[in-house]
Amino acid sequence: MLIPVLFGVSLFIFFVMRVVPGDVAQTILGTDATPASLKQLRENFGLDLPLYQQYLNWMGGVLTGDFGESMRTGKAVLPDILNRFKLTFELTLIAAVISWIISIPLGIIAATKRNSKTDFSLRVVSLLGVSVPTFALATVLILILSLFFSYSPPVGYVGFFENPIKNLEIIILPAIVLGTSMAGAVMRMTRSSILEILRQDFIRTIRAKGAKEKVVIFQHALKNAMIPILTIIGLQIGTLLGGTVIIEQIFSLPGLGQLVLTAITQRDFVVVQGAVLFIAFIFVMINLLVDVLYSYLDPRISYK
Amino acid sequence: MKSFWKRLKNDKVGLIGCIGVLLVVIFGLLAPAIAPYRPEQMFTEHTMQSPNGKFIFGTDEFGRDIFTRIVYGAKVSLQVGLIAVGIGAIGGLVFGLIAGYFQGIVDQVIMRVMDVLFAFPDILLALTIVAVLGPSLTNTMIAIGIVFMPVFTRIVRGSVISVKENEYITNAVAIGVSPFTIIFRHITPNIMAPFIVQVTLGLSGAILTEAALSFLGLGVQPPNPSWGVMLNASRTYMEFAPWTILFPAGAIVFTIFCFNLFGDSLRDILDPQLK
Repeated sequence: MLIPVLFGVSLFIFFVMRVVPGDVAQTILGTDATPASLKQLRENFGLDLPLYQQYLNWMGGVLTGDFGESMRTGKAVLPDILNRFKLTFELTLIAAVISWIISIPLGIIAATKRNSKTDFSLRVVSLLGVSVPTFALATVLILILSLFFSYSPPVGYVGFFENPIKNLEIIILPAIVLGTSMAGAVMRMTRSSILEILRQDFIRTIRAKGAKEKVVIFQHALKNAMIPILTIIGLQIGTLLGGTVIIEQIFSLPGLGQLVLTAITQRDFVVVQGAVLFIAFIFVMINLLVDVLYSYLDPRISYK
Repeated sequence: MKSFWKRLKNDKVGLIGCIGVLLVVIFGLLAPAIAPYRPEQMFTEHTMQSPNGKFIFGTDEFGRDIFTRIVYGAKVSLQVGLIAVGIGAIGGLVFGLIAGYFQGIVDQVIMRVMDVLFAFPDILLALTIVAVLGPSLTNTMIAIGIVFMPVFTRIVRGSVISVKENEYITNAVAIGVSPFTIIFRHITPNIMAPFIVQVTLGLSGAILTEAALSFLGLGVQPPNPSWGVMLNASRTYMEFAPWTILFPAGAIVFTIFCFNLFGDSLRDILDPQLK
């Protein structure tokens, strides 16, 4: 299903970009543009060709690693995407790890202490986590750090291998915000999945055989509860990738999300369609990876 | 219905959520009666005032009353929530019923289109659609509606496939009842529980997405009062006037939290397995 979905994604993004009201060339060059310059731009970007031919040209390029050039800067789109993706990837990965560190242990605690005060408090906290938007959390966090600690998040980006400490200083705050926003959903899923497993007969048998509670939870319940947890993690990674658009804007990080947002506001459609296709590709690949992990966790699941 | 209210009354957390949702609805519906001023009214001699007797949540850089704008913001959020979820839910209901009932090639086509929409992170798809349509309140609602359609379609389709297996449906088909009557009279009422739960949860998602789009400058446009717009506008001077950030942020969190509490509780009440 991967190839048809990606083909559909490319069709969707390409044609959505082509139904923009008004003349794209006019939008890019402004109202002062001369007819000659408009004609030149249309020819340069193939906008004067029939739609199907524009699509085939674009897809031909995409399949050979050429996503075209930015209509604003003239720079090649793919190298720019890949360059910026390093930051977005690092941000998403650290955010995901932070969220797992918070959510999975708390979900287990909530499930094992079901209906206790701890469980109730953790459930409220997790629901609050789901309800706090990243942009609100980020803005309030920046405000608190500034008011009480006179600290402002660093601007710009330094690669991890250039200066790891500076890199982490830049990434950690946005990653905490993103990770916290994801933790609520994963924690809720962890709690309910573990509760579901703990009700099953094989757990009763294991307990009856005298296994320690730690063994029951970590060796049996958690492994069996991982499938729904993984599903939500896969979906949340997509949310994280989308969330980077907002977070990178707030923290002035030059990542893929910021590239998309700038291209959208500047109506640079070649960049928008290339970057959105790239993000959708990554999202689909992550979900494929999650599907593959299912069969590792539960050998009864097989893909033929 | 009686049993529904009884169960809701017993579920304290759900009841708190329900009261919170009602509060937001009342604020939104009665905004002109509750708000002390008009949302665009500027008190130029009272700019950036901290909360006081006259302006209980303070004023912004143009001297507009923040409480008034938050109350009107509730109206915008509810409007976006209801219309956007309405678009997504009605579209999802129609496509889900068709796909689930007729299956075969129709189902394949509808579900593959939904798969394509699912392949985009929500906010990115909404951003792309708004980029194409242009930033405005109406376009924000359309964009969010399209983003939410695949979830509704999947839920409805799944429920239809399971309900369709019941004997009363087989009997209806056997005695020659038309597919239209079967779908709307016999199937639709029986798939409403998961659908209603998704509508409640969708409302919080739609309000959140609207606030995010407006925050990025691609949703509701200033000077219209939207919590996302207010939050974004306050970022430049939040250190000098923290109330301009804290109240809109609080309004967003409160609303979404209450909708989620209520949605969660509704799911427990309407799920037959938990009864």
